[in-house]
Amino acid sequence: MRPDSHEIYARRWGRNLGLGIILGALVLTIFAVTVVKLVEGQPMEGFDHTFRPAMLPAAEE
Amino acid sequence: MVRGGVARTGERMTDATWIRPVSDEAEFGDFVALLKPRVMRLVIFTAFVGLVCAPIGVHPVIGLAAILCITVGAGASGALNMWWDRDIDAVMARTARRPVPSGRVEPATALAIGLVLSGFSVVMLALFTNLLAAGLLAFTIFFYAVVYSMWLKRATPHNIVIGGAAGAFPPMIGWAVATGGVSPESLAMFAVIFLWTPPHFWALALFRNNDYARAGVPMLPVTAGPRATRNQVLIYAMILAPVAVAPAFSIVGGPVYLVGAVVLNAMFVRGAWRVWRRDEAAAHADAWRVEKRFFGFSILYLFLQFGLFLIEAALRGLGLGVTGWPMLF
Repeated sequence: MRPDSHEIYARRWGRNLGLGIILGALVLTIFAVTVVKLVEGQPMEGFDHTFRPAMLPAAEE
Repeated sequence: MVRGGVARTGERMTDATWIRPVSDEAEFGDFVALLKPRVMRLVIFTAFVGLVCAPIGVHPVIGLAAILCITVGAGASGALNMWWDRDIDAVMARTARRPVPSGRVEPATALAIGLVLSGFSVVMLALFTNLLAAGLLAFTIFFYAVVYSMWLKRATPHNIVIGGAAGAFPPMIGWAVATGGVSPESLAMFAVIFLWTPPHFWALALFRNNDYARAGVPMLPVTAGPRATRNQVLIYAMILAPVAVAPAFSIVGGPVYLVGAVVLNAMFVRGAWRVWRRDEAAAHADAWRVEKRFFGFSILYLFLQFGLFLIEAALRGLGLGVTGWPMLF
């Protein structure tokens, strides 16, 4: 039996693959959020039962 | 301690010791199990409901990223819980096959995963959304891992009552992601889960009493006995019912929620009453059939209860909300 055909290598391959997929998903998530924030250019905060002047659109000079 | 045949430092390695036995080596699924995926399902769903029901819309990508962060944070607290509770998990039949007590994942690895994912999820949520949502997530992780797991669980039979707050925060976090604040509606969602947790876990503890007694965990059936526990299950179910119906008269409720919540809570109280009216002899005779059924229904109850919030949100989104509906808060 070849050393690399041992079942333990299949397990490690599975772990590496899982970690790779997670890291790939993380990169995609950060990229997608960045694109959305850049395109929208809006604050994420809003209604919280409290009047906050800072949330109002800036008045034109 | 030598685990899984790993050689001690200085020992002469042989073919038998240089590698851990195959059955001991963790698979990817063991690391997933470390994050308590069944608990995560509830967290994902309730956080999603809090997010969707909030009166401020969130871009789907931001919302998805936020839910992912909340999920990872919940998983991190699960890993920290498994690291801390590995000694009692090992002696309880329900938890003995978990990755840490079974030896497939080293305690230090579980701790490292828990700490790294905790920090990571909180920082990413702060960057993706706002500081309040991230702060609530950080507090939730701290509350579950430190206040509940390390302190309350082994100290008081009311561990579940106070510790239940940890599981009740996700809809508040979802709401905070959308609104940047806390409001009566999100507090109402918190209250539903908070009051649901004791009867849910005490029903489990009734038929897992021996497990908890063997592990020395002071669950209510261990310290006060099954009779007192059955009383408390009914009391909490009766307190929960009006609290769960009340959001019908808020901006997240409506007539569909009102009818659904009344029916659901009537069923929940009826189930609790069935648990209450039995004694241990009857429970032994049918292997805790009623208690197991109530425990199973309690899980369904929470999903349906929060499903009602979703239905009302969908109706409002479609312009089918009722105008002139009375509002209590």
